[in-house]
Amino acid sequence: MAKQLIDQAAATLPADKRVSVYQSTKATHEKRTKLLFDQFNDPDLLRQRAGEIKQHVIENLDTLLPAVEAKLKANGAQVHWASTGEAACEAVLRIMQAHGAKKMVKAKTMVSEEIELAHYLEKHGIEALETDLGEFIVQIDKDHPSHIVRPIIHKNRREIATSFEREGLGAYNDDPETITRRARQFLRHKYLEADVGLTGANFVSVESGRIVLVTNEGNSRFSLAAPKVHIALVGIEKLVPRDRDLGVLLNLLARSATAQQLTVYTEFISGPKGATQPDGPEEMHVIFVDNGRTEVLASDCREILRCIRCGACLNVCPVYRQASGHAYRSVYPGPVGAVLSPLLAGKKFPELADLPKASSLCGACNEVCPVNIPIPDLLLRLREKGKREGAPLASVGTPPMGAWALMASQPTAWKAALFGGKALNYLPTKLIPVPALRAWEEKRALPAWRGGEFRKWMKQRRKS
Amino acid sequence: MHAPVRPSPFAPGERPKIQLMATCLCDAFYDDVARATVEVLEHLGVEVEFPEGQTCCGQPAFNGGDWPASRKVVRHTLRTFAGTAPVLLPSGSCAAMLRHGALLEFEKESDLPEVKALAARTWEFADFVVNALGVKTWPGRYDATIAFHRNCHNRGTGSEAASLALLNSIAGAKVVPFGEQEQCCGFGGTFSVAFPHVSSSMGTLKLDHIRAAQPDVLVSGDMSCLMHMGGLAQKAGQPIKTQHIAQVMRDALRNGGLLR
Repeated sequence: MAKQLIDQAAATLPADKRVSVYQSTKATHEKRTKLLFDQFNDPDLLRQRAGEIKQHVIENLDTLLPAVEAKLKANGAQVHWASTGEAACEAVLRIMQAHGAKKMVKAKTMVSEEIELAHYLEKHGIEALETDLGEFIVQIDKDHPSHIVRPIIHKNRREIATSFEREGLGAYNDDPETITRRARQFLRHKYLEADVGLTGANFVSVESGRIVLVTNEGNSRFSLAAPKVHIALVGIEKLVPRDRDLGVLLNLLARSATAQQLTVYTEFISGPKGATQPDGPEEMHVIFVDNGRTEVLASDCREILRCIRCGACLNVCPVYRQASGHAYRSVYPGPVGAVLSPLLAGKKFPELADLPKASSLCGACNEVCPVNIPIPDLLLRLREKGKREGAPLASVGTPPMGAWALMASQPTAWKAALFGGKALNYLPTKLIPVPALRAWEEKRALPAWRGGEFRKWMKQRRKS
Repeated sequence: MHAPVRPSPFAPGERPKIQLMATCLCDAFYDDVARATVEVLEHLGVEVEFPEGQTCCGQPAFNGGDWPASRKVVRHTLRTFAGTAPVLLPSGSCAAMLRHGALLEFEKESDLPEVKALAARTWEFADFVVNALGVKTWPGRYDATIAFHRNCHNRGTGSEAASLALLNSIAGAKVVPFGEQEQCCGFGGTFSVAFPHVSSSMGTLKLDHIRAAQPDVLVSGDMSCLMHMGGLAQKAGQPIKTQHIAQVMRDALRNGGLLR
């Protein structure tokens, strides 16, 4: 029986990578759980509240987006709208060209990965340097992130030391502190040379027009210290209605993502440099990116837009732990990616139609989600879509169900099969005519067939 | 997923009556689990009806994305389990299909109200014993160390607490904790054959954790998980003893001389 692509990827993942992904995700998940349950009486209630806040946002974008635009403008920022990834890239380029800018420092933004901004800018002769340590390593290795919060979860320090040596950042040394110090030294100069600092946004408050950024390395702060222009790339779903909603969401985000009470840096940016401020960007541009999100909003999977990109579902997911992030062939891996990536793919949905299959539907992702997204339900809806639209990848390894449904809706046929199945007890595996049963027997023994025995017993019992 | 614990469907003094849905796995492989379910319920004075026309809950096609095929089977189940008596299943997974999954695939169907009504009177075995019948402790004797696998479909339902309360109350029984208890066994229906590597790796990891706790028996409320873990262990040449919670309860009654 054919195997799914993600299963093949897991089967060929080198053992050392699997071990580092497993150990790291397991440790973070366990710390996260302990922290939440030690510190809050009812973390599940908090997750529900956070989910309601974000659900309110996605259901009211039509009024919240114009409101936040007005607020941002009042704060002195310029607001741009990009309906596609391409339009967002062009908007960034236009701003850079208007300033004759050639160098950009980037703090981590998933949206820029999504729209492949660095690649686009490079083609137009602009250096866009990643300043998040993990993203920086991904960039010098021409690799891809494999986790939403920990882009290099699939790498070990020996690989990183080798990359640094290759890039002329110093002789081979795999001591983590040395690696970090070397990256810092290299990046400090880049911050000073940059014309533009680009960030994402974890949240944007509609009430105050504040952009909220969380990092642990301070790189977003450095990215905004020297450059004269700040560009923020923001998915249209990133809003929160009021500043005080951040009390709920920030508390959950750091705990869910990295098992911290709060990230080391939490920045609130409410516009470009003011008249009395000595430093900071003189111009601030906020680019709201749609890139398929309004279509997701119109679908029956809209709850996925609540996502705050914490990665908790990746950390707990047994499939992600076995397969790692690259197996998902998209920017967003793991359970959230298995929903979001095929949806954002739009017309290319069939190319990722296997992702929603990569789940035993165990529900652990929903159990940890800080905004309580019913991920298993959404995976099921996308499986139905894949099947309905006849996407070949969606059906790999899944037996056709038509004949089974016919039998399971006719008691006579069902009973005949129950008794007839006894033949299985005498057939060698290689002669079993059902591919799914043979696939089962590759890894597990099949129990003895006892079809109809209970029914006989029940009849006997009723007679006596 | 997070279904609140429901009140008992029976009036005080009323003789409880249920319709048993044995599930396809018990129908085909695990007749003793269905027998134990009947014996435990009858011991508790429950009248058990077994509708002969029953087949399957429809989950394989639902999870496979073939919702029209699944709805066909759910509609058959609707007809077979007519009436108002609670429908009881010795499986958290099949119960979840009727309580939750069916509601998703019938969202836009005209017979959604019937499906909702069926969902409202569907019960998983341990949830029913504790929350519908009000049984909090279990008599008899069962001398064994138990590793209890919480089947994933019981996440957030009343079943997990109910199962643990029952098992912990049996004289001689000792439930032992093991590592990563919240993790799935890797079965997942057709997932087990479409993702054989991931599925069996998940199961093997689970078995390693369970073996480290050195239980005498692995117990769950779902034969699908036990079929997967038991089958993996057997194939690996290190078989483990598995039992459904209804079998443990029935055996406790037998050991205590409480079963006729």
